[in-house]
Amino acid sequence: MRAALVGLGKMGLSHFAIVNAHPRLSLQAVCDSSKYLLEILGQNTGVKTYSDVDELLANEQLDCLFIATPSSSHATLVEKALRRGLAVFCEKPFVLDAAEGYRLADLADSAHLANQVGYHYRFVATFAEAKRLLGLELLGHIHHVRAEAYGPVVLRPAGSSWRSKKTEGGGALFDYACHAIDMLNNLFGLPSAVSGTIFNSVFSEAVDDEIYSNLHYKEGMSGQLAVNWSDESTRKMSLRIHAWGTNGRMSVDRQEMQIYLRKAHAGEGLEQGWNTRDTTSLTKPVWFYLRGEEYSAQIDHFVACIERGQTPITSFRTASDTDLIASMMRADSAATRTAIAFPGRGAASTTVRQVVTAPRGLRRVARWFGARGEGRA
Amino acid sequence: MTMPRLLMGDNQFFGINHASEEKARSLAIRFQRIESIIRVLEVAYAEGVRTFMCTTHERISEVCDYFRTNRARYPDFQFYPCMPYAHKYANAATELGMIGALRSFLPEENPLKAALKGGVAVARKDIATLGGLLIDAEMKMFHDLPTPVIFLQNAATDFLLGMGLDVGLLAFANHVRERYGAEPGFITMNLPMLLPRLEKLGIERPIICANINKIEFRMCGGRLAYEEIIAQDRCRTIAMSVFASGALPAEEALTYVCQQPGIESIVFGASSRAHIAQTRDLVERLSQPNAA
Repeated sequence: MRAALVGLGKMGLSHFAIVNAHPRLSLQAVCDSSKYLLEILGQNTGVKTYSDVDELLANEQLDCLFIATPSSSHATLVEKALRRGLAVFCEKPFVLDAAEGYRLADLADSAHLANQVGYHYRFVATFAEAKRLLGLELLGHIHHVRAEAYGPVVLRPAGSSWRSKKTEGGGALFDYACHAIDMLNNLFGLPSAVSGTIFNSVFSEAVDDEIYSNLHYKEGMSGQLAVNWSDESTRKMSLRIHAWGTNGRMSVDRQEMQIYLRKAHAGEGLEQGWNTRDTTSLTKPVWFYLRGEEYSAQIDHFVACIERGQTPITSFRTASDTDLIASMMRADSAATRTAIAFPGRGAASTTVRQVVTAPRGLRRVARWFGARGEGRA
Repeated sequence: MTMPRLLMGDNQFFGINHASEEKARSLAIRFQRIESIIRVLEVAYAEGVRTFMCTTHERISEVCDYFRTNRARYPDFQFYPCMPYAHKYANAATELGMIGALRSFLPEENPLKAALKGGVAVARKDIATLGGLLIDAEMKMFHDLPTPVIFLQNAATDFLLGMGLDVGLLAFANHVRERYGAEPGFITMNLPMLLPRLEKLGIERPIICANINKIEFRMCGGRLAYEEIIAQDRCRTIAMSVFASGALPAEEALTYVCQQPGIESIVFGASSRAHIAQTRDLVERLSQPNAA
């Protein structure tokens, strides 16, 4: 299949290598604003280069397009590609306006075009195994889940790339938190509300560096999210999910899964008490490895979905769910706080009430989603 | 140039464990102070493991200082540097963008730095020049120390391999030979794909370091393809991840690796005298022609 790639940043170059090495993909052309990179790649790899995406789309006969530009440009590029009948793989976060995301999901689905967003954690062997085991309901009734994502992205008060601009999809919300939210959605389904969200800047001037939020699910399940991308103690982003159920608990990260069971599960060979499974035994080999099996596995999945006419497991729709929840967290962060006045040390206890105005386009979707786009004033 | 049968790796010193984040953290705590790393290397030296295959992590420069200062005590201790330390580049790219990251690692006075800033169109030879400058920056810490083999880390090798940037692979090999009189080595997760490419580039019997373990962990192309290629003796093979981050018991793991004809060296991570000695003795015994 003939492919092209737009955006040659860190993820774009990674996709370049993986797409180029895929036995059933042929990378025809790339597009980026950096003339220097285009020159190097054009001269040394034989790929055709463009600095104008419209020109690329007009000149090349393609089957699919990979988009790895900053998030604010995704919606326009995705729509252009879909209108030309191309299957689309887009980097995360999908589009910053969830309503726009659902519209593009509808557009892709009605045209029967494979559509995928780069939530690669779903392709990590331990998380995939966690999903399979949770499907067997071996934890019993799950009453609490927790997602934590820590890593060293912003460690000083500088930075001028798009990641430091809220309007470009920067900030820990659309970078780290989206992975955590997407994994919670994947493993436990969609929440019905969020509350008590805290957005905090550690070093960044314009964007959030840490996010903490509560999630509320049907049937009384609660969840918490903790994200901090200003944590130097981890070598790279570390995502960990915990779940507590009536029959035990589970913790899973990219390396390892730990399961505590009150009752053994013979079919899965899981004992009463602690069980561990790690990535070295769970991971299936991929045809080409760069940085992690999941990056190759997700591209392979995309190719298979195009060939079989199936919907990828990380579709525009699931990615829009994630974007919507992220937006709801941002809206919630400005909502009610209960002020504390200590007796004899100030005024009587008061409740601070603020009205939240959800971002443009979100209110309609929020109503559709069944959550409230306004503060709990 | 011969390579020793056993090489000491450095993952354990930098909190890297593919199977457990908790193990990784406890290692990071244990090797927080550079003295604890040096102590293990001294023990390894005493046990006869005298080659340290290490990432060009900034902390390694202190290890280099120590072995430079104490050269008389460790006259045949040598380094196999592996570059670049990928996270350094990845983090810089996140903060500064691709071009900004590249610029940040170039010497101030170099004209390429200005060219990169201006986004000036450049000639084909620029990749070689750029690569050479980046290699020199990584090699600074090893001055006056023996570095007979210099490796390109798998993140870089496999990136260039996937991109089809053969010119980068070749530039690395040439620069390492010409500037340092060293043999180029390539670390990869994709040995069956890499070897034909290197051969096509005229790099004969290259030194390749790849995961080789019984459970096929990170052996892209499959264990059988690896076994076939290794047996053909078309490359000088160094086996890594032989224990698959602890998934395999030592004897079982080493039996498999030592039985493969054509594996020249084994790189392993150990942090105690007992483990170093055990690995050395096992490899010695299992490498005998009639070893079971």
